[in-house]
Amino acid sequence: MKPVAFEYCRPDTMEETMELLAEFGSDASIISGGLSLGAMLNMRLVRPVALIDINHLSELADIEIGDANATTGALVRQATAMNSPGVVSGVPLLAKALPWTGHYQTRSRGTLGGSVAHADPSAEIPLILVTLGGVVKLQSPGAARDVPAREFFHGLLTTDRRADEMITELTWPLRRDNTGYAFEELAQRHGDFAITAVAAEVVVANDGDIIDLSLGLGGVEDRPIVANTSAFLGKPATEETAREIAEMVAETIDPMIDLQANADYRRQLVRVLGARVLSAAFVDATAATEVA
Amino acid sequence: MSGKETIERWVGARYPRKEDAALLTGNARFIDDMEPVAGIRHAAILRSEHPHARIISIDTSKAEALPGVRGIITGADIAQTIAPIPSAVRVPIKFYPIAIDKVRYVGEPVAVVVAENRYIAEDAVELIEPVYEELPATADPETAMAENASLLHDDVGSNIVHHRTFRYGDPETAFERADKIVRLSWRYPRYASTPMETYGLVANFESQPDRYTIWSNFQGPFILHALMTGALGVPGNRLRLITSPHSGGSFGIKQAMFPYMVLLAASSRILGCPVKWIEDRLEHLTASSSAADRADGVEAAFASDGELLGLKFDNIVNVGAFVRAPEPASVYRMHSASNGCYSVRNIAVENRLVVTNTTPIGLNRGYGGPQFYYALERVMDAGAKELSIDPAEIRRRNFIRAEEFPYKAPAGATYDAGDYEAGLEQALELAEYEDLKLAREQARANGKLFGIGMAAGVEPSGSNMAYVTLAQTPEERAKAGGRSGGLGTATVSVDPSGSVTAKTVSTPAGQGHQTVAAQVVADALGMRPDQIDVITEVDTLTSAWSLASGNYANRFSAVVIGAIADAAEKVAKKIKLIAAENLEVAPEDIELVGGNAQVVGVPEKALPVRRVAAQTHWHPAGLPKAMEPGLFETTIMNPEMLDAPDDQDRVGSAVTFGYVFDLAAIEIDRETGEIEIKKYVSVHDVGNVLNEIVVEGQIYGGFAHGLAGALLEEFVYDAGANPQAGTFADYLCITAPEVPELTIGHFNTPSPHNALGAKGMGDGSSMLAPTAIANAAADALGTFDVELPLTLNKNWAAANGLPYQRAGAAKAKVGDGPREALASKGGLNGEGSVELSASPADVWKLLLDPETLAAVVPGCDKLTQVSEDSFTAEVTIGVAGIKGVYNARIDLRDKVEGESVRLIGKASGALGFGQGEGSVVLERIDDNCTRISYNYNANVGGKVATVGQRMLGTVTKLLISQFFRGFDRRLKSGNANDKSSGSIFRRLFARRAR
Amino acid sequence: MLRIKPDQKQRVTLVVNGTEVSGFAEPRLLLTDFLRHELGMYGTHVGCEHGVCGACTIIIDGVATRSCLRYAVQCEGMELKTVEGLADRDGTLNTLQKAFNENGALQCGFCTAGILMSATKFLQENPKPDREDVRDMLSGHICRCTGYEQIVRAILQASGQ
Repeated sequence: MKPVAFEYCRPDTMEETMELLAEFGSDASIISGGLSLGAMLNMRLVRPVALIDINHLSELADIEIGDANATTGALVRQATAMNSPGVVSGVPLLAKALPWTGHYQTRSRGTLGGSVAHADPSAEIPLILVTLGGVVKLQSPGAARDVPAREFFHGLLTTDRRADEMITELTWPLRRDNTGYAFEELAQRHGDFAITAVAAEVVVANDGDIIDLSLGLGGVEDRPIVANTSAFLGKPATEETAREIAEMVAETIDPMIDLQANADYRRQLVRVLGARVLSAAFVDATAATEVA
Repeated sequence: MSGKETIERWVGARYPRKEDAALLTGNARFIDDMEPVAGIRHAAILRSEHPHARIISIDTSKAEALPGVRGIITGADIAQTIAPIPSAVRVPIKFYPIAIDKVRYVGEPVAVVVAENRYIAEDAVELIEPVYEELPATADPETAMAENASLLHDDVGSNIVHHRTFRYGDPETAFERADKIVRLSWRYPRYASTPMETYGLVANFESQPDRYTIWSNFQGPFILHALMTGALGVPGNRLRLITSPHSGGSFGIKQAMFPYMVLLAASSRILGCPVKWIEDRLEHLTASSSAADRADGVEAAFASDGELLGLKFDNIVNVGAFVRAPEPASVYRMHSASNGCYSVRNIAVENRLVVTNTTPIGLNRGYGGPQFYYALERVMDAGAKELSIDPAEIRRRNFIRAEEFPYKAPAGATYDAGDYEAGLEQALELAEYEDLKLAREQARANGKLFGIGMAAGVEPSGSNMAYVTLAQTPEERAKAGGRSGGLGTATVSVDPSGSVTAKTVSTPAGQGHQTVAAQVVADALGMRPDQIDVITEVDTLTSAWSLASGNYANRFSAVVIGAIADAAEKVAKKIKLIAAENLEVAPEDIELVGGNAQVVGVPEKALPVRRVAAQTHWHPAGLPKAMEPGLFETTIMNPEMLDAPDDQDRVGSAVTFGYVFDLAAIEIDRETGEIEIKKYVSVHDVGNVLNEIVVEGQIYGGFAHGLAGALLEEFVYDAGANPQAGTFADYLCITAPEVPELTIGHFNTPSPHNALGAKGMGDGSSMLAPTAIANAAADALGTFDVELPLTLNKNWAAANGLPYQRAGAAKAKVGDGPREALASKGGLNGEGSVELSASPADVWKLLLDPETLAAVVPGCDKLTQVSEDSFTAEVTIGVAGIKGVYNARIDLRDKVEGESVRLIGKASGALGFGQGEGSVVLERIDDNCTRISYNYNANVGGKVATVGQRMLGTVTKLLISQFFRGFDRRLKSGNANDKSSGSIFRRLFARRAR
Repeated sequence: MLRIKPDQKQRVTLVVNGTEVSGFAEPRLLLTDFLRHELGMYGTHVGCEHGVCGACTIIIDGVATRSCLRYAVQCEGMELKTVEGLADRDGTLNTLQKAFNENGALQCGFCTAGILMSATKFLQENPKPDREDVRDMLSGHICRCTGYEQIVRAILQASGQ
């Protein structure tokens, strides 16, 4: 299990990185933490001509908490984000999901950007980004562009990133008033890719009705998705509504099938975890409302 | 030394292990840490990606031309160099360590590359071009047994390679007399203990004289040395096996590396250089070894009071593609103890071994035990349920009584010592069984799925090498000549400086042999364990070894420890004789205490043991008359009960029989299928405990393995015999959060078969946890139809009465009708429909148009029409940078003009191969709209299937949707000759492929 | 910018357990292979080479991480801590190592180096973990011998609880 021979390129600046992307395009692999890519390289599933190591681009390692958004550079390690007070208070949904991402020994090195670039359908970080309606910032030699997370993931390990682009930054909307969050997932073992992961952001009015709702599902289809729950806006934020939403969503998805689970089971987990997560998010939102 | 010092007894103490310091500081040397000879080159192995195929040709020219490559060995080279490896069953199977004319399982070696380093060797492996003709394959033993099944070994004439029946007592009458007959049948999954260190070896051939030397982490049994010399065609002293000082776990698995030892030894000879091969994890998970999966059944005859009158076992063992020695031993290891813990005397056994296109099986923790107890202890629980007797009570009523030991079992085992009821009572007490039953009632009243399961078993230890010969009939055995025994050997020596070394020849892989041996020797010589150095490795040219040497069947504390104690006693006796002469007392008056040989009761009259020992070297003339000089004592002992099988197929299969009783209480979440283990109690009788830390470690470790088999681990093959669990992301080893709290109970009935009263131990709950958990699940779910591993999806389906089969799994569920004839039916299925904006006639025309196909087949670089209904194509498929070029062939069959067609496709490339079949039906919606309905059945093999199992289903869907999207786009473009849409599509696709 | 051609051997210098060492590496040489076969530091073990088993875990620039998913050339100038650096120079085991010995937290010892390195860093960051914290941290390691229980006990003991 040794990788194919490749050229090692370690740029010190974005400009150099862009030069390399222009030179190698789809023949390059960009490595940050290397937790997923490294395994695929060792198995020779990925066979790059050049490996671009972006770990020295220190400008990509920052977490910034702004007025409406938090931005995390592509190189922010998962453990760093998990322990960042700004993330914990500002992007609580991400903070709730990160302990489920891999293990202590992988979060220490794995990056937020790398997980988004890798686009595993079960991965937590893409799911949270999609649920919150975040943005992926991409940079190519010629231009930068922002892609809404909900349009970024095309399918299994496949994204909107072009071969000459790299992810530089992720944007996470900050916690709003009257908002509640919850996350839960089920895997065969602790730290495994989830069979199904569910994340929710809800906004509940002072009278207890749902104002806004985003229910994200991971591990269910070939990319993280946000369920269409618009029919439930204005309904009371109760356990009963949570169950109704989950029931409805479970019927509308097209789950994947693998060694771990068939479609019926994934639907069932959407039902069960969906109801739990929404109920918890409603409670969280109500608590936030009371504080406010 | 003051005479007041009390005599310490090290055996039985909770003495921390001697081994640990080196392991904790990075100083321990494992096989890949050694360069035992200069000039080593490195091997990588090209392995079959097909489960069954004829080898047409192997072109190694490109690989040989790669700089850094020393040479490439194929089956043809090996067949010229060595003979087939002998087998324990008499069938015409030629077992070579590499494929010669056919490949018979995914992962079978096809060529060996030897190069400067492993990186270059792997580069060269990719440049070898084998050409195969695929043959039908199956991983399923029942399919392979069918009349019309494709044969793995033509000369055998059947895939059933071994079939024997046995009868003890009068089972027929027992079943006639029965008030209740309980029958169960099931599939037992294939899993393995996957040691953290993989196989590794350095093989070197030298001439003048010709001699092979192999350094490895081989665990024995060294009876396999004889098979290796047979294959290599050399006398025993020309094959020198040396084991590494440390081995990173084995659990039986490192027994099965011996064909690789032969393969690399032969490669070293052919290429003229020492060769190192360190198996990587992907190789290990697809092609090393595992326990057998089985398709077993059992019948039990009960009297109405719960008395077990008779048993019938029907064992079907999926042995893999070859009967690799010591198979068929896995189905015979428990045979002479077929009554388990019970006094039942009427037993019938039918054993069938079936070859399938899977990796050959071999030793794995519990060896045959988990599968055997799954039959016996599940049918005991089922009998209890059918007779409305408490499962603890039904066992109590049938246990062999404490006063009956030593107990001669009907199939020949002699149970040395035991008190099975005492163990059960202790377990019930620790589990608070009555409260547990109340908790179950309460839980059920609340609609919860709560179950209690238990299992009891004997743990045979210290195997008789001859139990394997039960595979032969008494007549065949008589003809072949006698076989018996399980020699234990050990040496204890004192060098001229007076320091003590013990050699155990026991090749441990973490079982603490050094520590326990040092404790035993220290007690005998009146020294401290830290003063005794213990060498556990084997060197077949310098060690005192025999056929049974090695580390398996819990033999260390059952047999080896007796040899160590005996050799140490011999040394002690000699020291006492010398000291007695020097101190002018009788030898009986000398005791060895605190490093001294002293007169009993007169501690000031003493000589240091070291000085006495040194005298045997420095001053032999001063020794007592007729005493041999030197202190080097070897014991080779054969436990007397290890006799040859008799003419009624009875054999004393093991030296000691420990006892384990496990009890599990679980709750299954009806909504999610999660299993919560509420309580797990395990009670053990290991005879006298030699070292509590070591014993406890074995109990926890065995429990984790059993639990892993019950809940998580399985080597899944798809219906085309492609392995699906080739990485640690797909083969789910149990990790810390999945292991619940374990309550351990101990009681000891010392073994009379062992000088220290110890019994072998180590298998422990690895044999019983699968059954205890399955019984608990059966109790919770209210069905006997429970199959391992109890994965989330499976549990949820069972809890809700839904059918479930693992995606791609080869095995049909118990209770299904007869399986279809052998065929490579695929693991990926799907169906769908799309509406296209054209009339059926236009769609039809376009669908069969090569230009169109070239344009819309995802990633198609080149498409050639071979005949009217056949196409070949070169396709680049890439997802997430996993890019590969594939050569594809598409055949159209059963064409019904404008209506339907069947497509048969095949593709192969560097990352794997696929074959599939789909049918397409056209349905007219209106003049401008046609619905295409399709279904497909695909079978993907090779690297992608093995390591990328999670990806397959979704990639297939992705490609199909891309195909139809491209097709629709092309229809809409209205110009069948316009290639632009296709190329746009290709660009789109290329862009997506990162 | 550093660029190393596929077949170019580059001298890589780094600090391992406080001592500066160097060796040669092509770009694709795994850090595990560099440590073991170039530097001769065999204490770090290789169990899966795909980042799952945790046997190769070491501490790089203060981060406990998989060394099988790193290339030697990536680590130029970095500070590594491996199992060889835990005990005193005279061989005296440290608190964690002693706890492993006393609790029977290792059997074959192949996975142990990785677990020790994880636990070392983990205890620095979480001086008083509870049982569940330790089990959660251990989920990143596979040990096939022990069943994990004694490892949990050893780490808790080493935390002084």
